[in-house]
Formats: sequence, C-alpha cells, structure tokens
Amino acid sequence: MSTLNLYGLCGAALVGLGLYGLLAVPHPLRKILAFNLVGSGVFLLFGVVAGRGAGYGLAGDPVPQALVITGIVVAFSATALAVALLLRLHEETGSASLSPPESGEPPTV
Amino acid sequence: MTMAMLLDGCLVLLILGIAAWTVLARNTFPAVAGYAVYGLLLALAWVRLAAIDAALTEAAIGGGLTGVLLIRATVRLRSTEARAHAERPGPLFRIFAALLAAACAGLLAVVFLGLPDPAPTLAPMVAENLSVTGLGNAVTAVLLAFRAIDTLLEAVVLVFALIAVWSLAPNRHWGGRPGPRYTLDPDAMLAYLGRLLPPLGIIVAIYVFWVGADLPGGKFQAGTLLSAMWLLTIIAGLQDSPPVSRRWVRGLLVLGTVVFLAIGFAGWPLAGFFLAYPEDYAKPLILLIEAASMISIAVTLGLLVLGPPARSNDS
Repeated sequence: MSTLNLYGLCGAALVGLGLYGLLAVPHPLRKILAFNLVGSGVFLLFGVVAGRGAGYGLAGDPVPQALVITGIVVAFSATALAVALLLRLHEETGSASLSPPESGEPPTV
Repeated sequence: MTMAMLLDGCLVLLILGIAAWTVLARNTFPAVAGYAVYGLLLALAWVRLAAIDAALTEAAIGGGLTGVLLIRATVRLRSTEARAHAERPGPLFRIFAALLAAACAGLLAVVFLGLPDPAPTLAPMVAENLSVTGLGNAVTAVLLAFRAIDTLLEAVVLVFALIAVWSLAPNRHWGGRPGPRYTLDPDAMLAYLGRLLPPLGIIVAIYVFWVGADLPGGKFQAGTLLSAMWLLTIIAGLQDSPPVSRRWVRGLLVLGTVVFLAIGFAGWPLAGFFLAYPEDYAKPLILLIEAASMISIAVTLGLLVLGPPARSNDS
C-alpha cells in the first residue's frame, strides 16, 4: 500500500510546512493560514491511517471520515473567529502586529 | 498501478508545492489565492483515498468559504503588509524554525510508518449495523446515528463560534448588519452570476443533501453550497446582509440543534435511549434532522464569513 503511505508522508510534510509558517512568517493572517495547513495535514494523516482499515464492503473506514468532516467544519469556524479577532485588533490599534509596539521598530506606514 | 502511482506522486508534489507557496510567498494576497487552490487539490487527494464525503467538504469549505473569508480579511488588512515585512525574523531564527519544523514532520512520518497495518477499525461494526438505519451511506450513518452526539455538539460549537464573532462588534453596532453594504452594479459580471448561479446552486445543494442518505453527500456539503449562494447574492449587492438581532435569523441559527435535540429526547420514551431512533422511523427522522441542520449550517457559515455586525440597522 505504498500509495496510501505517500499521502501519509504528504500529511506529515504539511504539518512541518505549517509549523514553519507559524514560527517564521510575521503577518498574523499568514499565521492563521499556516495553522490551517497544520490542521489539514493532521486530517490527511488521520484519513490515511483510516484508509488502511478499509474493506468490509465499504470504500474506507467511515468512522474517521465522519470525524474528519466534523473537523473540517469546526476548523473553519475557528478560522473565522481568529480572523474576526485579528480584524478587530486592526480596527482598534490600526496595526495587525503581534509584537508590542515599544519593543519593535516604528511602523513604516 | 504505475499510472496510478504517477498520478498520486504528481498530486502530492503539487499539494506540497502550493502549501510551500502559501507559506513562502512574499505578499498575503497571492498566498491566500494559493490556499484556495490548495483546498481543491487536497479534495482530489481525498478522492484518491476513497473518502468522497471528506473530499466534497474540503472542496466546499477549504477551497471555497475559507478562501472568501481570508480574501476579505486580506483586503481590509492591506495597510499592515509593510510593517509585517519589516518584522521578518533574521536568517538564524528562520533556519532554527525550519529545523524544528522538519524534525516535527520527520517524527510524525516515523510514527506514521510504524503504526499497525491494518489499523484498529470500527468499520465491521458499521457495516453490520448499517441496515438498521435504513441508510446506504455509511458516513451519514456514523454522523447521524452511531455518533450522533458528536454531530449534535458540533452544531452547538458552530453557533458558539458565531456568538464569539458577534461579541467582537463595537457597542454602537450591536444588533446591526454585518459586513459592508455592497452596491449593485446591474451591468457587472458579479450581478449576472448572482442571478444565474443561485437557482442552480440551490438545486445542486438539495440534490447533494437528498442523495447523502445513500451516496456521498449530506447536510454539511449542501449547507456550505447554500451559504456560498447566499453570500454571492450579498456580495453582488442583490440583497443586504440581515441585521443580527432579527428573530428569524436567530431562529434559523438554532433550528437544526432544536430539531436534533427534540428528536433526541423523544428517543428516550420511544426507543429507550437519548438520540436513539424508533426502529422503522430511523431514516425519515434522520432526513428531518439533516434538512433542519442544513439550513442552520448554511446560515451559520454565511454569517461566520460576514463577520461581526459593522453598521447600524438602516445604513
């Protein structure tokens, strides 16, 4: 089942890419995006592990698939909340930076 | 076999390439555009894993709604881009972050390859009891019958997330309409699409919902499609977003949960357990729950994209 493993490794790599973005990309919206990469990587890993248990007249193991569907929807609602928080921060302070204003360089805009 | 391997290899490379693009692109807008493509490619990966239900959900939510949400936010945060560039960490920090991320990914890969094959599974139990529910789609049976409590709580989580988003509204706008007022340009492409697509989208959504009992599909996919059609008419300026204080809005938001709970509690006297269905009525009851939940999901997801109330009732 090397094809399945290919997607599993892809999921692991996505988690890595997302973690890097979370650490190294400064813009908060991009951090939210990177966090979504981590989430989808975890879902993919879970889906592949579930695919190994396929059979019994079903295309795949339906229990993890149902959990993944629930997870995708909940991840979206969390993303919407994070974006709303960020927009509110921007509205209040005029900036979207996560570092405190006195320690960083003065804003260039 | 080799053809399939080639296809899978190319797809995985594409997914990883686009994912790297969303992280490494200099500006936010191209990164967000890349993320929408990423969602669609990931949906293809789910198809290859024979998880069509998850593929439909990923395409609709990962590629569609999340894209709309992030693009709207990107436009409003455009002025913050330059500051973010200035805050970019130095090379030493980035090398350290890359090493850490690679170590995590490597560890995950090792753990993944070492997992027992075949994995422990509940699939035989599902296959055995599927006929009791009267459904043909095992995923829908898991969502609405075997693990109905998860789905019930998820609907509650969605509404809680919306309440949290709404609570970010400034005091003076509380109870008002979310999002800006979009002006209708009758000659624009968007207005044309806003008139052409919703009737088709609604028919497709109802079809996806209806076949969800026996084939891939269901309330999440259909609800997402409905909310996309609703958002399209709002963004095209054909109608305004509703004030969040309206009773019908609140009613539609909780409709799915209320119906779900009512049938769940009725299960106590009728079938002996909370959320149990009387034997011969399982399928009609599940369809009823799904129909009500589809409407609530559509309204909730649409309002989550639109964000907190941003202007008073009559502007």
